[in-house]
Amino acid sequence: MEWFDDWALSLATFLPLVGAAILLALPKERENVIKTVALGASILCAVIGIGILFRFDFSGDVAGYQFEANRKWISAIGTNYHIGLDGISLPLFILALGITLLVIIYSWDHFPEPHNPKMFLFLILLLETGMLGSFISLDLILFFVFFEIVLLPMYFMIAVWGGENRAYASIKFFLFTMFGSAFMLVSFLALYFMSTLPSGGHTFDIVHLSDQDLGVLSDLGTTAGRWIFAGMFLGFAIKVPMWPVHTWLPDAHTEAPTQGSVLLAAVLLKMGTYAFVRISLPILPDAARDFAPYIGLLAVIGIIYGSLACLAQTDVKRLIAFSSVGHMGFVMLGIATLTPIGINAALFGMISHGIVTGLLFFLAGSMQHRYHTREISRLGGLLISMPRLGGLLVFTSFASLGLPALAGFPGEFSSMLSAYQPAEGLNEAVFRTFMVIAAVGTVLTAGYMLYMLQRVAQGKVPDEWAGHTFHDIGTFEYMSWVPLVLMTVVLGVFPGILMSVTDKSVMSIFSGIFG
Amino acid sequence: MNVDWHAFLPEAIVAGTVILLLLVDLILPNRSKWTLGGITALGLLAAAVPIATLAADFADGGENRVFFADGYVVDELSLVLKGFFLASGYVALLLAYNTIEEGAYYRGEFYFLLVSAVLGMMMIASVRDLIGLFIAFELFSAPGYLLAAWKKYDLKSNESGMKYFLMGVTATAIMLYGMSLLYGATGTLTYSGLMEVLPGVLDGDTSSLAILGIVLVIASFAFKVSAVPFHFWAPDTYEGAPTPVAAFFSVAVKGAGFMGLVSLIFFALPAGDDVWRPMIWVIAALTMTIGNLIALRQENIVRLLAYSSIAQSGYILAPLTVAALPDGEGFGPGHTESLQAVVIYLLVYAVMNFGAFGVVIAVARRTHSGHLDSYDGLFAHAPSLAVVMTMFLAALAGIPPLAGWLGKLAVFTALISADEVWGYLLAVIVAVNAVIAAFYYMRVVRKMFAEEAPEEYLVLPPLQPTPSLQFTLGGLTLLVLAAGVTPMFSHLSEIATNSLSL
Repeated sequence: MEWFDDWALSLATFLPLVGAAILLALPKERENVIKTVALGASILCAVIGIGILFRFDFSGDVAGYQFEANRKWISAIGTNYHIGLDGISLPLFILALGITLLVIIYSWDHFPEPHNPKMFLFLILLLETGMLGSFISLDLILFFVFFEIVLLPMYFMIAVWGGENRAYASIKFFLFTMFGSAFMLVSFLALYFMSTLPSGGHTFDIVHLSDQDLGVLSDLGTTAGRWIFAGMFLGFAIKVPMWPVHTWLPDAHTEAPTQGSVLLAAVLLKMGTYAFVRISLPILPDAARDFAPYIGLLAVIGIIYGSLACLAQTDVKRLIAFSSVGHMGFVMLGIATLTPIGINAALFGMISHGIVTGLLFFLAGSMQHRYHTREISRLGGLLISMPRLGGLLVFTSFASLGLPALAGFPGEFSSMLSAYQPAEGLNEAVFRTFMVIAAVGTVLTAGYMLYMLQRVAQGKVPDEWAGHTFHDIGTFEYMSWVPLVLMTVVLGVFPGILMSVTDKSVMSIFSGIFG
Repeated sequence: MNVDWHAFLPEAIVAGTVILLLLVDLILPNRSKWTLGGITALGLLAAAVPIATLAADFADGGENRVFFADGYVVDELSLVLKGFFLASGYVALLLAYNTIEEGAYYRGEFYFLLVSAVLGMMMIASVRDLIGLFIAFELFSAPGYLLAAWKKYDLKSNESGMKYFLMGVTATAIMLYGMSLLYGATGTLTYSGLMEVLPGVLDGDTSSLAILGIVLVIASFAFKVSAVPFHFWAPDTYEGAPTPVAAFFSVAVKGAGFMGLVSLIFFALPAGDDVWRPMIWVIAALTMTIGNLIALRQENIVRLLAYSSIAQSGYILAPLTVAALPDGEGFGPGHTESLQAVVIYLLVYAVMNFGAFGVVIAVARRTHSGHLDSYDGLFAHAPSLAVVMTMFLAALAGIPPLAGWLGKLAVFTALISADEVWGYLLAVIVAVNAVIAAFYYMRVVRKMFAEEAPEEYLVLPPLQPTPSLQFTLGGLTLLVLAAGVTPMFSHLSEIATNSLSL
């Protein structure tokens, strides 16, 4: 099994690429073969993922990273192929594997116009490689490469398979992300040149850079640290997205095909928040402490702004997109407290948002598939016309608004809790104010969700659809949604199974840094 | 005079090919003239052999080979660049082959001019004195004036050649004037002499003479690499010239311009850094910004690529601003990094720009148009070309894992390694420009995939490029992928920087 430990991560990450290459070689008329290959590749990845889960040492005895591999890559610029998993990245890695598989299952009979399963699945597999790679990278340049790989496939998904306004939405997504990542890259390089290994030389290695005892960045001045943090902040915050750089998100989500929205919400956004936890905070703790109040402020503005914007939306997908801004606000609030509780809460929030909002976008997509509209004012009486779909929408919305015993609750609750007692050196009064504002946000969240349900799920079937018969949830929809529903319940009832995984790594990395 | 024939063999073979082409062209009857392309290709490939043996010699610890009275140096930098120019000439030949054969006039002369230009470029990689620099500069420029005007019944092509010629001779005049001033101030023409004398001269009474000389010489190279404000010729020339020639200009001629500039900056004028550093900083910032902004408004693919290549010149110029920072006896951080960045960027840029031009040539064979709208729905009637074009454009935009990101990374690396405020500032300008550029590259991509193709093309079978284009595009596609994920180009650039330490 030594072999598996060395190769599992690389295999899982690049297998989708192999699948994608096979797809390219197939003629595009043979749709069933194409679908089978894509499904096969993602199932194989998932199997490797299960293998990783079995082999992963959850005991916490293993310090640092597991399934690690470190090879020379481009030595002229000092970057290595360094990968590994710990309790922070493992859940996200598994989430990305799982969501991609479910998306491909869902795609089986839900190809958006202009059809072309070959290219569509090709892009999904490319995306999978980018997403998985981002979560396993332990080298800044490697991370940057994977971070950027997702850009083109997602751009194409929106630009080709998107809705009316796809041209605008896709380029906006692309340019926003690129703008951020250019500054992120500049910051990475500045970090590199300001680092000195004990053995001499510079490094891009995240493990070395974040090891405060090693003193790799001991020469880094306060001002320089702040500038570097700011550059990375720009890159990550746009990806999250935080208010006020969130404006690409509603457009991208609204125009993207269902599969694109699901992947975007469930996984891509997490690359931003994950990067804060993996890169910004551990490498630049002092700058993080300086920035934390501002991050917290932007986070709670995002919570309130997202909720208020939701109340005003007339489009189901746009509403869910704005709800993401709010949910990611809770995640960022947890991170801003710089406490282990807060960061655990944030990691939990990422996973639960991935599951719940992913499911919501699936449901919105299926509703659009049946009604050919997303206008809330034209919908209604879903519980009557399609009781199962309606019921599931009610269930998922409750999970999203943070009903206890469902996945949305533990993350948001502990995120607020952590704001009560932020890390040493942070102003308690400020963070407690944030906590109160965030609490108001939860009320608003409940408000807009219930308001949406009232208009969409409850009431009578509007005259427009009277007499229409809709087919309720289909086989492939069940297959792709049931796992998410189960996880929503499991994580809601037993949040400990996830918290215990993240907590050990969070403690080992952060307890020493922020006291 | 002692000549190291082994070191001079690559140039000798290319020079031999030039003469052979002229002679054979005289003898051959018209129906056999297609063989001239083959002779050209063989000549270029043959010249690569001694480059390989010389490189092997350097790998075994061989020393720089200096001859022609210190005026000609074969070092590892020059070898990498000579290989680059040979490859560029070869690719340009492949791209041009069908166009030239179908035109069926003056074929021999076309190949002759192309190879002559390549010879000039190879020389500029090695010359280390001002006279040699001038000769090499003219040798690769003059054929370009004729090549640009190749479509002799086409007004635009004539205009293109005329503009290029007028701009080119202006640049030459400026360079000569600058050189004469430098000579007047320093009394030497060799780079090694300049290295020795210039510091003293710049502190002395004739410093203003030398400063003006440096400014003029650098400005003349700004013409060649189409840097703002000397860029006006590029879009018109590229648009009017045959597209393969435009590709050759945008890659090889520009590369030669950069090689000349690099050799001056690193081997002759480091002492004048107070003069050229701010100058290049401003030119680089303006070039990338103005190139990108104007590219946003272009409706013709060749003009778009022309402005994109202007902007790319800005990126390649940027790292030179951190070259030769004085630091005690030697040079400060950023010196090696800047040369490395220029070399990596030139290599990467050649692959992606040739690729993009190759697709333009292939598509124009069906649409007979350079208008951006002729790319509408390209994916529907030429799927492989659309995919390949996307890869090249994404590479130009700098998106990993395609090769372009390595170039950007190297530029950022150099700028940041100097740890100077103005270095960071230029890095930020590059970053902002990368985003502006992405907009127009992606605009083409969107047209290819998301727009409707005209009916007339949809009924045709998928567009198949000619065999030579297929071969070229296939190779470049593999290269644009391989160079992005493997260290091949950064390895070459490391080899090139060995020349600095010797």
